[in-house]
Amino acid sequence: MTATPAAAPATQDPAAYTADEMMTACAARALRDGMTCFVGIGLPSAAANLARATHAPNLVLIYESGTIGAKPDRLPLSIGDGILAETADAVVSVPEIFNYWLQPGRIGIGFLGAAQIDKFGNINTTVVGPDYAHPAVRLPGAGGAPEIAASCREVIVVVRQSRRSFVDRVDFVTSVGFGDGPGTRERLGLAGAGPRKVITDLGILEPDPATCELTLTGLYPGVTVADAAAKTGWELAVSESLEVLAAPTTAELTALRQLHGRDNKADKPS
Amino acid sequence: MAEIVSLADAVARAVHDGDSVAMEGFTHLIPFAAGHEVIRQRRRDLTLIRMTPDVLYDQLIGAGCASRLIFSWGGNPGVGSLHRFRDAVENAWPGPLQLEEHSHAGMANRYVAGASGVPFAILRGYSGTGLESLPGLDGQPAIRSVTCPFTGERLTAVAALNPDVAIIHAQRADRAGNVQLWGITGVQKEAVLSSRRSIATVEEIVDELRPEPGAVVLPSWVVDYVAAAPGGAQPSYTLGYSARDSDQYQAWDAISRDRERFSRWLAGEIYGETGALAGAGGAEGGCEA
Repeated sequence: MTATPAAAPATQDPAAYTADEMMTACAARALRDGMTCFVGIGLPSAAANLARATHAPNLVLIYESGTIGAKPDRLPLSIGDGILAETADAVVSVPEIFNYWLQPGRIGIGFLGAAQIDKFGNINTTVVGPDYAHPAVRLPGAGGAPEIAASCREVIVVVRQSRRSFVDRVDFVTSVGFGDGPGTRERLGLAGAGPRKVITDLGILEPDPATCELTLTGLYPGVTVADAAAKTGWELAVSESLEVLAAPTTAELTALRQLHGRDNKADKPS
Repeated sequence: MAEIVSLADAVARAVHDGDSVAMEGFTHLIPFAAGHEVIRQRRRDLTLIRMTPDVLYDQLIGAGCASRLIFSWGGNPGVGSLHRFRDAVENAWPGPLQLEEHSHAGMANRYVAGASGVPFAILRGYSGTGLESLPGLDGQPAIRSVTCPFTGERLTAVAALNPDVAIIHAQRADRAGNVQLWGITGVQKEAVLSSRRSIATVEEIVDELRPEPGAVVLPSWVVDYVAAAPGGAQPSYTLGYSARDSDQYQAWDAISRDRERFSRWLAGEIYGETGALAGAGGAEGGCEA
């Protein structure tokens, strides 16, 4: 994230905030107070913590390291930073977080990032290129994402949009969105409803209720449909009720910059 | 009963060429000192097992210790790629690295099955993903399905993990070799209980283990070797003892990106060859990522 003075005012002028800040604020707004949220590291963690610092103080943050109800006052660099364990309501083992908490569908929102995402919301974080055995780029792999995408009641994806990340078909399905389209999740027996929103640095996409195809439903101030289409690797469908999303408020920007301003400081031992 | 020995002795006795070795630690309590000792003793042809192979496994892979890796997420947390891991997979440097990859839920359940003495674990997982059709190290399908004998429901089955050796880092042990860890305890208990042999490095060896909230205690009789290694989780952290050195994780990005620079780091920091540190490693280990 580009460093910006914490005192910068929030206006409709896009120059007053970065695209990442807009994206993070937008993702935070998708979370409601009191929800339970399984949080991936990076952009999802920033957005979930921003929500908790602003409109959703009772948001329950769950990290795959086994920390339930973590309340960090700065963004953790990893999913297992000490600040998460020290502020959690409960710390459980890794088998327990997946088996007892995620698998039965207890968690409301799964909050994921992606290296590639396709028009049906399938996510790739495994390999880039058609040949798994000889990848053009070896990505980190699945982590907790496949079961988060399957078992959380809903999924929100936060990803920067480009022709590289927004592809017609992902090279590898690490985590299932809507598979090949309507009916796939039901056929596979996936308990959760799948992706509800994909939030990018240009706007928001939501699955069409009939086709499951990700459809542009919101744009940030100053971004055009043509901008979004140019950074989408399939023919982008646009909602008839496309809206311009509100710029980050002063409160959102201040809270986010505070969270980031304390970023990367080493945890202190208890 | 666990023997209390030096770290060098523990590794020499427990870890052999060709072994499958699980060094666990979920961001917290990563056994860096023990892993570095494995590199120093130049173990080869290891099957490395870990849910989150991060910087430590990048170092072991780059040093040529591993031929195979069983894992679920390989990255530098909060920073980016593991460049030595990628170089091994993409370019077979310093040698080919055969992969078997899973999801975290799958790996965690594989350890649980191994610790429980059953041949497989069941879960709701992998359905519809590309992981379902990837082979295991033996070339056979690693993800299979099983029908519930009570309901008829189809569930996912993954094979038990039973590593030759588990290596963990913990806060303390007593003089009898009982090992105590707390904070984020990850999958370490399951890793130790699923393995044939185990090493626990600890911050300190004390006369008596004080109770700690949420602590896991591994009784002496399920651990083979205990070795004092103060600071042995750095640059990860030990809750109550040391802080995570996130700067080192960021610095690793630049050190590991280049084979020659990595090799100088290895020579200087691990093998202790004098003069090797110029241009690599700790001297410039700040925020240069």
